[in-house]
Amino acid sequence: MGKWTRRAFLTTGALVGGGLIVGVAIRPGHRTPKLAGLVENEGETLVNAWVKILPDNSIKVIVPHAEMGQGVHTALPMMLADEMDADWSTVSMEQAPADDQYASRDVVREVAFPSQAPGIVEDTLNGVFLKIAQSMSLQITGGSFSVRGTGTWGMRVAGAAARELLIAAAAEEWQVPLDQIRAENSYLFHDKSNRSEPFITFAKAAAGKQGPTQPKLKTPDQFKIMGKRVERFDIPAKVDGSAVFGVDIDLPGMKYACVKCAPVFGSTVSAVDGSSAEKMAGVVKVVNLGTGVGVIADTYWQAKKALDTVNVTYTKGESNRVSSATMFEQFGKSMDAAVANGDEQDDYKLGSARKVLASADKVIEAEYRVPHLAHATMEPMNCTAWAHDDKLEIWSGLQNPLGIRNLLAEELEFDREQVVINNVYLGGGFGRRAMDDYPVQGAKLALALPGVPVKMIWSREEDMQQDFYRPAVMSRFKASLNANGMPEAWENQFVDKHEPVEAPTIPYAVENQYIHYTDSPTHMRFGPWRSVDHTQHAFFTESFIDELAAEAGIDPYTYRYDLLSHDLRARKVLETAAKMADWGKPLAEGWGQGIALHRSFNTIVAEVVNVDMSSGKPRVAQVYCAADPGYAMSLDGFTAQMESGISCGLTSALYGEVNVKDGAVVESNFHDYKVLRMNQSPQIQVEIINSGDRSLGGGGEPGTPPAAPALTNAIFAVTGKRIRQLPVSKYL
Amino acid sequence: MLEITVNGISRQLDVEPDTPLLWVVRDELKLKGTKFGCGMAQCGACTVHLDGVPIRSCVTPISSLAGRSITTIEGIGEAQGSLHVVQQAWIEEQVPQCGYCQSGQIMSAVALLEKTPQPTDEDIDKAMAGNICRCGMYGRIRKAIHSASAKLPEEIILTPLIDQAADDAVKPTNAEGSYNG
Repeated sequence: MGKWTRRAFLTTGALVGGGLIVGVAIRPGHRTPKLAGLVENEGETLVNAWVKILPDNSIKVIVPHAEMGQGVHTALPMMLADEMDADWSTVSMEQAPADDQYASRDVVREVAFPSQAPGIVEDTLNGVFLKIAQSMSLQITGGSFSVRGTGTWGMRVAGAAARELLIAAAAEEWQVPLDQIRAENSYLFHDKSNRSEPFITFAKAAAGKQGPTQPKLKTPDQFKIMGKRVERFDIPAKVDGSAVFGVDIDLPGMKYACVKCAPVFGSTVSAVDGSSAEKMAGVVKVVNLGTGVGVIADTYWQAKKALDTVNVTYTKGESNRVSSATMFEQFGKSMDAAVANGDEQDDYKLGSARKVLASADKVIEAEYRVPHLAHATMEPMNCTAWAHDDKLEIWSGLQNPLGIRNLLAEELEFDREQVVINNVYLGGGFGRRAMDDYPVQGAKLALALPGVPVKMIWSREEDMQQDFYRPAVMSRFKASLNANGMPEAWENQFVDKHEPVEAPTIPYAVENQYIHYTDSPTHMRFGPWRSVDHTQHAFFTESFIDELAAEAGIDPYTYRYDLLSHDLRARKVLETAAKMADWGKPLAEGWGQGIALHRSFNTIVAEVVNVDMSSGKPRVAQVYCAADPGYAMSLDGFTAQMESGISCGLTSALYGEVNVKDGAVVESNFHDYKVLRMNQSPQIQVEIINSGDRSLGGGGEPGTPPAAPALTNAIFAVTGKRIRQLPVSKYL
Repeated sequence: MLEITVNGISRQLDVEPDTPLLWVVRDELKLKGTKFGCGMAQCGACTVHLDGVPIRSCVTPISSLAGRSITTIEGIGEAQGSLHVVQQAWIEEQVPQCGYCQSGQIMSAVALLEKTPQPTDEDIDKAMAGNICRCGMYGRIRKAIHSASAKLPEEIILTPLIDQAADDAVKPTNAEGSYNG
C-alpha cells in the first residue's frame, strides 16, 4: 500500500472475526509521515499499529487513551503482552499521538463492531453531552471503556495477531509446521529441534506478512499477565514529582494567563475596563474572550493579581433569577404537567403498572432529589497554547484529544493538520476533561499573543464555578406490593434523560413497570460525571426498593435476593457482598448496615456500608464491595478503581452540593465544596468475581453508583430516617 | 533580592514579595513536583517543608521566608537518585491514581513520620486530614504510612527534630486539624 489512508488501514487491518489493525506493517519506504515518528530507529519494526518490537527484543505498546489515574497505560499493555506471550519485564508503553489513525471510534465502530458500536461511546460522550457530533474521529477516554473496548478488541487481538505473525515467519525460516512452534517470554521455541530465537529475529519477516484473519485469543486459564497484580508504569513518576501534568508544561518565553468567565451561564461580556490591570507590573495584555476576560502576564501571580482589578459587566437575563430552589420547583411543575397532560416520555414499559397501581389497596410513594455536583479534579483546568508557524499547538490533559483537535480547528478556523495536540497526564478527569471549553479558551489567549506560548491556569474558584455539572435531578416513585410483600407494580418518573439509557432500570423481577421522564431544561451546563446518569438513578432506585422492603417488613438483603431469581450473576454479587459484611450479624449500639446493588457499564457491583451513628452524625466505618466485571484484567487496578469509585460516591452522598443563587454557582473552593478526607475515609474491602472474560465490564465508574444508597439505607436501618435528598450532611 | 535555601541549595530570588512560595518553587526554580490545587490552604497539594515542618506553599508569601530552608518533593530522596522510604512504600502499595495530590501527601507523611515514627491511625487522620485525594486513595495512603514506618531505619527514628519555632507569618496552615466537622 502507498499512503496509509483510513480506507487502506481498514482494508489491511479489518478482521472478519472482529479484530483490528492486525498486519498493518510500517516498512521503510512505506511510512506515513505521521507514523514515522513512532519508528525512531532504522532497526525498529512496527509489527502493527499497537505494538513495536525494538532491536533489543523489548516490546513497546502504543496506547491510544489518556491516563488519569485509572491505570489504563498499564492495563492495556498487559492485555497485549499476554496475548503476544511477551516478556513483561521488557514491556513499556507510549501514548499514541492525537491522530486519526489511533481513533478509538474508528476502531470500535468500523472495525470491530460495524453494527453494534457500544452506545457509551456514541451517546455518553458524543451524543448528548458533547457538541462534537461534527467530529468524525474520537480518541475518547471515558465510559469505563478503555479496557473493555480498546483492550478487548484492540490490544488482545493485536497481541495475538502479532504472535501469530511471528510464528508464521519462524515456521518459514525454520521450515517446520506452525503448530510445533510456541511463544514464551518474547522468544519462539521449536522444542523438537531444540531451537529458540528472540521475537526480533523474525520481526522483519513478520511485518511483511498478511495478518491472520482470526487470531486465536487465550482462555483465562492460559493468562499469564491478565488478571494478575502488576505494578503500574505511571506510579514511579507520580511519587518523585517528575510526572508531567498539563499544569507543569514549561516552554521558553512562556507567559501566564488567568481567566474569569461570566458567573451566570449564557451571559456574555458587555463591557471590560482593564485599564488598571494594564498598568500593573508584568501585565502583557487584557483579553476579552466574549464569555469572560483573561489577563496575560509574565508570571502567574501577576496575572492573577491583575485579573482581580479588571472590571467586567455581563449581560443579564432570565437566568439571573434562577436558584436551586426555583429549579426544583420547575422540575416538580414539569413532572406534574406531564402526568396531567398525558405527555410523559416513555423510557421503559413492562406489563401495566398504572392499571395495577390504580386498583391497589395501598400505593407507596416517594420523591427523591439530588443536587448539582462539580467534578473538582485535583488539578484545576489548564491549557498551554502556542500559535506559531501557521500552527496551533496545545498542551493539556484531555479525555478526548482528537475531538478537541477537530473542534479547535473548526471553531478557530484552522485546518485540522495545523492543530497539534500534546496530551499529558490528567490530574483527575471524572468526565470533566472530556469537555472542550478550557482548550478553546487557552487557544484564544495564545492567538491574542501570536508567537508566544501562553499557559492558562484556572483558579480553583473558576474551576468550581465554570464546570459542566452532574445535573440536579428529581425522581418520583409509586409502587404496590402483592400479598407476600413483593413489588407488583413500579412507576418511576424523573426529569431529563441523558446517558447511558439503561441507568434508571432496575435489576429486579417486577412484573409491571412504567419508567418515564419529562424534559425540564435549565441554564446550567451539565456533562458526564463519574458514572454519568447511574449515580443519581442508583440512589433513587436502590433507596426506593429499600423502602419497599421496609414496608413489607422483609430484610432488605433478602428482599433483593428474592427478586433476583432470574439473574444469578447479580444474585451472586449481592450474596458475596453480604457475606463479606457478615450481613445481619448484630452491630454495635448506634451502628447500621445498608446494602445496594447496581449494574453500570456492564459491571455489577454490590456494596454494604456499615455506618456509625452513635454521635448523631454519620461516620462510614466500613464498605464491603463485591464486583463482577466479567474478568478484571488488572487485579489491583480494578480493585483500586472500586476503592476510588466508592470514595467518590461517598463524597457526593455525604457532602456534595453545588447551589445556584441568582443564576450563579455559590460554592467556590474546598472550604464550601467539601470532599472526603483521610479522617472520614472508611475501610474498604473489595472482592472481584470473574464470571467470564468475553463480555467485559468497565472499572472506572461502576464502583460509584451503589455507595450513596448503601449509606442512606444504612442510616435508615439504625435511625429509621429515610434520606430522600442529598447530601446527607444537610438533610439528615 | 531575597535568599532562601531550597533542597539544600541557596537561591537568590528577585520576585514580587507577596508571591506565594508555590509559584516561586514551580516557575522560578522549575521544581514542578509541588502542585497548585486550591490557593487557600484547603487541599494540601502544595505541601512543602519549612525547616522540617509541613506548610502550604500556596499561602506562604516568599517575603516571609528570607534565610529559611525549604524542602520539596524533589529534595526528600535519601541520596542522589534514590527514593525516600515513604516514596518506596507508595510504590509498593500502588497508592497514586491520577497522582496530582501525591507530592503533597508524601510531604505530609514524611513530616508525620519524622515527628511520630510509629503513628497510630488517629495520628495519621490528624496529620493527613489537610491533604485531599479526589481519587480517594486514603486507605492505601494509610497502609503505605504504616509500612514505611515499619521500614524506617533506626537512626532516623532516633534523630531528634530540630525545633525551630516558625513565626506567625509562616505558621503551618491547616497542616493539622479537623475538617468538615
